[in-house]
Amino acid sequence: MMTLKQSRRVQSLVLGTLSWAIAALVFFPIFWMVLTSFKTEIDAFATPPQFIFTPTLENYLHIQERSDYFHFAWNSVLISFSATALCMLIAIPAAYSMAFFETKRTKGTLLWMLSTKMLPPVGVLMPIYLLAKTFGLLDTRLALIIIYTLINLPIVVWMIYTYFKDIPPDILEAARLDGATTLQEIFRVLVPICKGGLASTALLSLILCWNEAFWSLNLTSANAAPLTALIASYSSPEGLFWAKLSAVSTLACAPILIFGWISQKQLVRGLSFGAVK
Amino acid sequence: MANLSIRNLQKGFDGHAIIKGIDLDVRDREFVVFVGPSGCGKSTLLRLIAGLEEVTAGTIELDGRDITQVSPAKRDLAMVFQTYALYPHMTVRKNMSFALDLAGGNKADIERKVSEAARILQLEPLLERKPKQLSGGQRQRVAIGRAIVRNPKIFLFDEPLSNLDAALRVQTRLELSRLHKELKATMIYVTHDQVEAMTLADKVVVLNGGKVEQVGSPLELYHHPANLFVAGFLGTPKMGFLKGTISRVDRHGCEVTLDAGATINLPLAGASLSVGSAVTLGIRPEHLNIARDGDCQMQVIADVSERLGSDTYCHVRTSSGEALTLRIRGDLASKYGETLNLHLDSTHCHLFDAQGLVITSALQAAA
Repeated sequence: MMTLKQSRRVQSLVLGTLSWAIAALVFFPIFWMVLTSFKTEIDAFATPPQFIFTPTLENYLHIQERSDYFHFAWNSVLISFSATALCMLIAIPAAYSMAFFETKRTKGTLLWMLSTKMLPPVGVLMPIYLLAKTFGLLDTRLALIIIYTLINLPIVVWMIYTYFKDIPPDILEAARLDGATTLQEIFRVLVPICKGGLASTALLSLILCWNEAFWSLNLTSANAAPLTALIASYSSPEGLFWAKLSAVSTLACAPILIFGWISQKQLVRGLSFGAVK
Repeated sequence: MANLSIRNLQKGFDGHAIIKGIDLDVRDREFVVFVGPSGCGKSTLLRLIAGLEEVTAGTIELDGRDITQVSPAKRDLAMVFQTYALYPHMTVRKNMSFALDLAGGNKADIERKVSEAARILQLEPLLERKPKQLSGGQRQRVAIGRAIVRNPKIFLFDEPLSNLDAALRVQTRLELSRLHKELKATMIYVTHDQVEAMTLADKVVVLNGGKVEQVGSPLELYHHPANLFVAGFLGTPKMGFLKGTISRVDRHGCEVTLDAGATINLPLAGASLSVGSAVTLGIRPEHLNIARDGDCQMQVIADVSERLGSDTYCHVRTSSGEALTLRIRGDLASKYGETLNLHLDSTHCHLFDAQGLVITSALQAAA
């Protein structure tokens, strides 16, 4: 017979192994992508797949030669950060009014906003393309900034709304009695209290913007194209070049992965509202 | 100076009237307590005064200035919330100076005011802490400190003690009372706890269903309740009520025949009394006694009793099923189900008419 302590140990061993196995499974494609990016095209196609090979940097050099990586990366940075900033700037006051001045239609409005996310983007490709063309916004960063702001707005408003809902209205009323204007109420009281939640919302918006491919492929070409368009350009009619595609994908993912890694502390909502039970 | 005058104040939410026309005066340096059961509108009334709710009709004036439509910050009022509502991201010092910082005052002046409030409330060692590092009582003091630094005309308190444990509540109650005297401040205080109302107030406002039932000093309300509601609401244990009819009226008083079988002679006379009209007799637990030889007026069945050492609360039931509580000095061992002989102190009986309004007479006023 196993003692209770032994059975607990076995249980934690089994659970631990299982979690590691699932994690490895999920991470494997990324690992394989990075591995392939250091192979030659011939090694990349080899069957059975090769784990041991002579690594090379030729794919990376080739990418920098063929296309200016930093130009695309700069576009990605500029578009994602601007769209996220703009989105937060609109969403925070919107969520404030929905959370603290709720009317009969607030819930309906929130649901309606979210329902716009159910529409397949391709359904509005034509009107948006024509609008962008009419206003001379084709292949401009501004077009993507506007579109990314708008498509992320529902989810960002919804998230911020739930964070704001956790804040007791008393605190804002106290600020109002202390003489705070609406803007001071939002930026000196509400935003600092919710900074953890707001940071994770902004990070999510950033990731969504960074990874967006549909609109960037359809509305940009040379000037305003971000990294997602660069990846797509390597899946060319001349055939698939796995190693180069892996290298460019690695380069496209790396910045946001590193950024996410650094700021993951903010993703964990560690803020406690000590003053209020 | 801080004289608040409220006239015909009304508030409705979605067509439901919450505050139904209130007239009230709060004088300078008065400690006024709004008391009533939950949902009676006492917190709403306070929030209307603070400017946190919009008034539906009526006016609020502070020292002759109409503040009905003035923004909360410009009313010269400070409020202490039930949840304390401290800013969790700021230190105690910042919490207290926030209002003054917003107003853009002189730095040294702000520092001096915060230090002064911290000294009064013994918060000096806690000034650099965040609210989550404080105990409930300390948070409470910070909330009061935040109000003090603003030097408001009136302090508003919304059930400030309800989140504290029993021992701390008693202590903080005393501190508040002391603070009121030290600061010579005008305070309005909302509570559902009638003990707080009785102990703190200069003036108690009893609210029920969005209306003022009675206004007066604590003892005035205790000894001369205007109606059944006030009589039943103030006092622990509660006043006992016995239904009956008036069986005789003459110039010395009246006789009430109780449903419980007894007849009581009361020193009450007046035009409002007529033979046969239904009345309710109210009597406080301390005016009910176990009968000594021969003065028994009523027999009751003993229910449970609470023996506190100094007093005994003996719960009994009349033959007509009405519950009464006796407050006996010292200890009384009564057996459950035992028959007890009661004596009612007729000089301390209250009589209410069918509408629940108190019946007073020239005789009682003279007494």
